[in-house]
Amino acid sequence: MTSEAPPPAGSLRKRRRPGEAVIGGLLFIAAALSILTTVGIVFELGKEALLFFRSEEASLAEFLSSTQWQPAILDFGIWPLVLATLTTSVTAMVVALPVGLATAIYLSEYATPRVRGTIKPVLEILAGIPTVVYGYFALTFMTPLLRSILGVSVVEIFNTASAGIVVGILIIPLVSSMSEDALHAVPMSLREASYAVGATRLETSLRVVLPGALSGITAAFVVSISRAIGETMVVAIAAGAGPKNFTFGEDSLLGYILNPFVAGETMTGHIVRISGGDLSYNSIDYNSIFAIGLALFVITLTLNVLSRRFVARFREVYE
Amino acid sequence: MTTVGKPEVNEKKTVDLNVPMETTTGPALDTFAMEAVDLNAYYGKFRAVRDVNLSFRDRQITALIGPSGCGKTTLLRTLNRMNDLVQGARAEGEVRFHGQNIFDASVDPVELRKRVGMVFQKPNPFPKTIYQNVAWGARINGMKQDLDALVEHSLRQAALWDEVKDKLDESGYSLSGGQQQRLCIARAIAVKPEIILMDEPTSALDPVATLRIEELIQDLKVNYTIIIVTHNMQQAARASDHTVFLNMDSDRAGYVVEAGTTGTLFTRPARQETEDYITGRFG
Amino acid sequence: MTPPGPEASGGASDLLQTSAQMRRRQRRGLVARLALLGALMVAVAALVTLIVTILNSSFGLVAVENERSPGELVASRGYPEGTALGDLTKEDLVALLEAGISTNLGRRFEREQRFFGDRMVFEDLYVLNDLCMAGDPPPPACYLPARSHSQVEALVVERVVEPTIVGTWSFFSSVFNRDDVEAYAAEKYPGAELEFRSWLSWDFVVNPQSPEPAIAGIRTALLGSLWVVLITLAFSFPIGVGAAIYLEEYARENRLTAILQTNINNLAGVPSIIYGMLGLAIFVRTLEAITSGSFLGTGGEATANGRTIVSAGLTLGLLILPIIIINAQEAIRAVPGSLRQAGMALGSTRWQTVRSHVLPNALPGILTGTILAVARALGETAPLVVVGASTFITTDPSGPFSKFTVLPIQIYQWTSRPQDEFRNIAAAAILVLLVLLLTLNTAAVILRNKYSRRTA
Repeated sequence: MTSEAPPPAGSLRKRRRPGEAVIGGLLFIAAALSILTTVGIVFELGKEALLFFRSEEASLAEFLSSTQWQPAILDFGIWPLVLATLTTSVTAMVVALPVGLATAIYLSEYATPRVRGTIKPVLEILAGIPTVVYGYFALTFMTPLLRSILGVSVVEIFNTASAGIVVGILIIPLVSSMSEDALHAVPMSLREASYAVGATRLETSLRVVLPGALSGITAAFVVSISRAIGETMVVAIAAGAGPKNFTFGEDSLLGYILNPFVAGETMTGHIVRISGGDLSYNSIDYNSIFAIGLALFVITLTLNVLSRRFVARFREVYE
Repeated sequence: MTTVGKPEVNEKKTVDLNVPMETTTGPALDTFAMEAVDLNAYYGKFRAVRDVNLSFRDRQITALIGPSGCGKTTLLRTLNRMNDLVQGARAEGEVRFHGQNIFDASVDPVELRKRVGMVFQKPNPFPKTIYQNVAWGARINGMKQDLDALVEHSLRQAALWDEVKDKLDESGYSLSGGQQQRLCIARAIAVKPEIILMDEPTSALDPVATLRIEELIQDLKVNYTIIIVTHNMQQAARASDHTVFLNMDSDRAGYVVEAGTTGTLFTRPARQETEDYITGRFG
Repeated sequence: MTPPGPEASGGASDLLQTSAQMRRRQRRGLVARLALLGALMVAVAALVTLIVTILNSSFGLVAVENERSPGELVASRGYPEGTALGDLTKEDLVALLEAGISTNLGRRFEREQRFFGDRMVFEDLYVLNDLCMAGDPPPPACYLPARSHSQVEALVVERVVEPTIVGTWSFFSSVFNRDDVEAYAAEKYPGAELEFRSWLSWDFVVNPQSPEPAIAGIRTALLGSLWVVLITLAFSFPIGVGAAIYLEEYARENRLTAILQTNINNLAGVPSIIYGMLGLAIFVRTLEAITSGSFLGTGGEATANGRTIVSAGLTLGLLILPIIIINAQEAIRAVPGSLRQAGMALGSTRWQTVRSHVLPNALPGILTGTILAVARALGETAPLVVVGASTFITTDPSGPFSKFTVLPIQIYQWTSRPQDEFRNIAAAAILVLLVLLLTLNTAAVILRNKYSRRTA
């Protein structure tokens, strides 16, 4: 074997590696760009919203108190849009929570690998279908179905119930996958302890696993509400093409204001309809959708942050 | 003293003093490849290694032994600043290498690691071909020479050439565990380091593979300074020139109990602690 | 009564015959299990219903009223009964055109594209030659080859036969209720012919947008989608993967990193329409000079200010950036640390280790995540409505600074139209979109499986 010459006792002094520094810098910029996105959202929405509230035609007080949104006569009260959003979202949650949670419990506690192998792809496909397709589904299937069941006099062609139900279907995969993660995080030892005292599978699932996963499931619910509120295309297509203005005292609360079977325009639906036309900058209409957008952003962000808190809580317990 | 360490150490285990120790007949060169001076290593607030003063002789094999958790691996990983990669890890004191303190701000850890190589506990070949595994280090270090010759030379030195010369284009994962570890040694050799740090290189291997690696380490001594962490005292006694015994104190910080030639340390240990450990009366 | 004792509360023999209470508990368990299964079937049923609804509208009977019946036209040129229009010679077809449309319209067609290479039909050759010399711009007929047989045939159908779809039926009524449909059609649309139509056809895919649903196609929208997704990918892939590398391989665990990570997670939850508003404010409005292409001096093109493919692509790029980052981070995290250590121990720099070992091993995972993100971008509608997709556009996009429409926008607009035929073509367009997405998802799954097999 050849004996090697001793390696030169060269300096260990730091070599200049400009390439490394440049790459490191570029990678950092790539990561920091996401901060810019957030700053951009807050700044642009805030700026235009400020212009809106400062304008002569509108005010923050009116925005938060009026029950009329009629840009044509300069009425800018966000409540009609908020209540329509609330109606669709609540309807959506009524569909998505039980179905999503039951699916999660079944998949996590009962299903054989074969059932899982079939259901998981179905959920993934449901999650991957574009929302505009769900909008089509709401208008061409769900609305006629509701009208044939409840009667055409009860259910309007555009209605928040149909949109809400379909939004619910669309968020089932979200509810079920997040809930399933939470159920999975409950240690096996807890289940074994439960079986060891003679509990049935149902008792174990409902009384031991479910409470153990509660914060994770709460997180799933909260994030789903956020998703339902931000969902746009389904409500833009099926819920209604005009704000459901109302007057307290005159309009019946359950018959009209909160009635899901009449048309109503949500916050997102309104933004889409207004910006779909030829919108000129610096108009009050342009500024007004940014005010709505800001409200939407604040609501969904709050819900998402809240949800992450819940997730952090259950991670803390089991990890 | 506080008795910490593995309680399951077998009482009857003794060092086989009949193992020939021709390698301990005295260092040919009396120079030091590396010296640690007042070295302390921390993970955050936890001190893992305390006040280490050691000299590692050039082209000799130094074994670090001691109970698990005593900071052997931390000490080893401090010597080529691999611990820089661990979040919260830091070192105080000095490690001198060619007269420079490796913790000095002007020292380039990348350059340091090129010259102080490392072989890990579990074989960790790259998911590339055998050839690329060996050649990659040389290539990124800008060595302008015949790569084919370098690969062959490194694999020969690692006693792997005859087994792989016909399948250099196969994945490193196609080899057995022992071959993978020799491939990792060849990979370390290919960048021509001066010192090779080995962190329990045979702990994941079967006895036959272990024997081959131990023989290989003896051969490598001609060209390289080797510092090896082992918790197999047989291995330390048979395969090293010098042995350092570390133990941990009541704060779980590792410290050097005793260091010396392997022959002396295993036959006439100066400290009771050392004797207890090597004869298995420990823990 | 058995005396109380150990035997009574459950001796060895009782293990096999369960108590009434236990039977009740188990019955409850079974009922609950079926209920859970039922809920799960809701999800499956929803998917099936959705697909069936779309298929149901994509195929079915239509009642067609022709201005002139093809049979009569064929007979007028002396062909036997039963000959199809397509079997006529080009000369005969042009003759039908001559008889069926005004000379003025014929001239216009001929200036667009000549009917024969060697002679003129409607227009005077001298006039055309003059136009070719002096016209600014010269009419397309000066440089285009003569119309093909099938092009002339299409023109005859469009302008002479002039078929109008007056009624459409779903696939189910067409197949299972055909008699009723025929009776109804005969009464309501006398003179109309019933024919089975697949709204999804090759013509539908390659035809440009048209106000007439029978001949409208999605070519413009498909090309638009392609362009937009290309820009989206070119923007978000390098930045997303770069950010993921930074967060996983470079960033220390400190405050700044925590903020970056939280921010990315939050961005992933922002409703897509907000991204549309961001795109409208930044790309369309503030950066109009760039996104309209006017900085290149391409003012001659009829672009819609900043409402261009670039703006749309960048908007969707920002939208899928958090998804790409999060997926890429997961893929990078899955690369074993021992490879990094081995790399670093050989004296390689961080980037050398990342480039040679981390990235190649994380690549399948990164690509899978990216494909899924692209699928998301391909289906996005709301942000592009806000950014300003064109509502009606028949010309192919010519580059990043063209105005545009995309497939989901086309679906949205057709769905919103009151006429039934638009529902049919919306369904057909949805089928095309779903097939595209299914292809992408299958590719992602294959990639993922191949990868997990290799590392297992």
